[in-house]
Amino acid sequence: MELLIQVFVAPFLDMAGSPVFLLEVIINGLLTGVMYSLVALGFVLIFKASGVFNFAQGAMVLFAALTLVGLIERGVPGWLAIVISLGVMVALAYAVERWMLRPLVNQAPIILFMATIGLNFVLEGSGQIAWGSNVKELDIGIPDASFDVGGILLNEFDIYAALVAAILVAGLAVFFQKTAVGRALRAVADNHQAALAVGIPLKTIWIIVWSVAGAVALVAGIMWGAKSGVQFSLALIALKALPVLILGGFTSVPGAIIGGLIIGVGEKIAEVYWGPVIGGAIENWFAYMLALVFLMFRPQGLFGEVIIERV
Amino acid sequence: MIYLEAGQYKTTYEDDQAIFPIAQDRYLVLAAVLVAFVAVPLVANEYWLQALLIPFLIFSLAAIGLNLLTGYAGQLSLGTGGFMAVGAYMTYKITTAFPELNILLVFIFSGLIAAAVGIVFGLPSLRIKGFYLAVATLAAQFFIQWLFNKVAWFYNYNPSGTITAPPREVFGVMVTGPEATATVRYLVALSLLVLFALAAKNLVRGRIGRSWMAIRDMDIAAEIIGIRPLPTKLLAFAISSFYCGVAGAMMIFLWLGSAETLAFDINVSFQVLFMIIIGGLGSILGSLLGAAFITLVPIFLINAPALVGVHMEVALERHIESIVFGAMIVYFLIVEPNGFARFWQITKQKLRRWPFPY
Repeated sequence: MELLIQVFVAPFLDMAGSPVFLLEVIINGLLTGVMYSLVALGFVLIFKASGVFNFAQGAMVLFAALTLVGLIERGVPGWLAIVISLGVMVALAYAVERWMLRPLVNQAPIILFMATIGLNFVLEGSGQIAWGSNVKELDIGIPDASFDVGGILLNEFDIYAALVAAILVAGLAVFFQKTAVGRALRAVADNHQAALAVGIPLKTIWIIVWSVAGAVALVAGIMWGAKSGVQFSLALIALKALPVLILGGFTSVPGAIIGGLIIGVGEKIAEVYWGPVIGGAIENWFAYMLALVFLMFRPQGLFGEVIIERV
Repeated sequence: MIYLEAGQYKTTYEDDQAIFPIAQDRYLVLAAVLVAFVAVPLVANEYWLQALLIPFLIFSLAAIGLNLLTGYAGQLSLGTGGFMAVGAYMTYKITTAFPELNILLVFIFSGLIAAAVGIVFGLPSLRIKGFYLAVATLAAQFFIQWLFNKVAWFYNYNPSGTITAPPREVFGVMVTGPEATATVRYLVALSLLVLFALAAKNLVRGRIGRSWMAIRDMDIAAEIIGIRPLPTKLLAFAISSFYCGVAGAMMIFLWLGSAETLAFDINVSFQVLFMIIIGGLGSILGSLLGAAFITLVPIFLINAPALVGVHMEVALERHIESIVFGAMIVYFLIVEPNGFARFWQITKQKLRRWPFPY
């Protein structure tokens, strides 16, 4: 009985008791959610354009961040390091298209998924061989200080992260909607064969989309790396992005953002209000459970394309 | 020539419906089982049994379990590690609570509990499909791991948080615990595997297996011909989790001796998934071949540098191992996306005509 009260009554009383604190928790959750969205975005881009569920996105984040930090450590100026890292990600996209996607064209989705897990191993190993596996600091000049807005404690870094994400999403939206390449990408996402029929080169499109995903991975790597140091565990944030992905829908860019925000807020609220009751460290599975509940009502995620099956 | 079935007349219904209708297959399987039961224990030493053969047997069982679910019923699952953990922890709980109970019986009981857990986490499969389901089953993986870590009851309030296989005898022979010899543990694992593999083989060619395959190929069409999706899918989850649960129990009690939840983390789920993909979806033989490949390759990779006389740092070696492993997987998927099972099928076809191809 007492446990039931602790689970079902007390947290809500706490929330009602101090709305300002609740607001603070929600805002912090939103800001954490933005960081998840950054990773989920890369997944969505690749899934939309090539139907590949790219498990290696987390490893790409790690790889990009390691490359950047490694270059900076060797005395390369920051802007040049970013440009070179971008170049590396484009080269990676080219290699992936040439040696992995092209031979596997027309295979079942699960085979491609498995192949990206293989890629995941390759990237994790080679990134750490090239740049070492110890934890590295990445300082990009954003202060990690907290400040007070009307009684709500906010973190400056998180605000910047949100800004970066907003710019990134806006940029991607313009790229997808306004440019010729973007239109071609959307065409490929809609229907491979029809896109081929009107003369869109699939191979080029795949290289571009993996490059864009690589660039998104670089941004995510910079933000996460600056927040928690560049280290192997960066590759594991892919596991954080997966619930965001199924919540928002595999094929929707806005879904990745909104999904990230929902997961961020839900996780923070659960951790703060329910965490102590059931023993803490629930962040590993809570997001998945939350996503699962949403899926019960919308099996294709919040913004995913409705799954139509014909016999 | 070798696989020519001409002249093998089937005169009864039993012959026609035999598990291995071709005599060559029958003898081959029989020979393999005989070698595994008699020759291997005589020849193999402790290291071979402990490092290679026992893990191979255990992962084979888990792979068969996942293959029933993913390969036959078409439900992609990444929760294998979690279901294996259920089997292991339940075996530990039951056998410490009832020490007199035959340990093999306890394996079965905990398999049944794992099956029940599998049913619970299989419930979303009616609404959710494909990769959405795969990610949803990760919930099982993470939740179960967290549960066994957090709730001390599951590991008997042991301060180290690990579970240890207590010594247990079956028919007067020490089967688990530190005193059990590798040979005994190997034989027990082998017997269980043979038993369950045979059961699986029978399962998939009967009514249940056929309804699974119908669901896999097109669930709406299956529903129209009168297969009820919910019970069929849940049964697949239950039986698959049963196999995984028993494999998990064997992992602690016949192989590792003691472990914590880390032994059942997400990597185990991926490993088993690799096994069935590399081995061949929808094939029992494929599960065994895949398990052999995935358990042997890392061991080969660990020993390879020493064999060619190259010495390097442990960390570097581990990274190279990871690169080679990943590249090999991609390579195999490109060369034969249908896995070793398909490869074996092609070889058999070739052997039929060899040495007189037309």
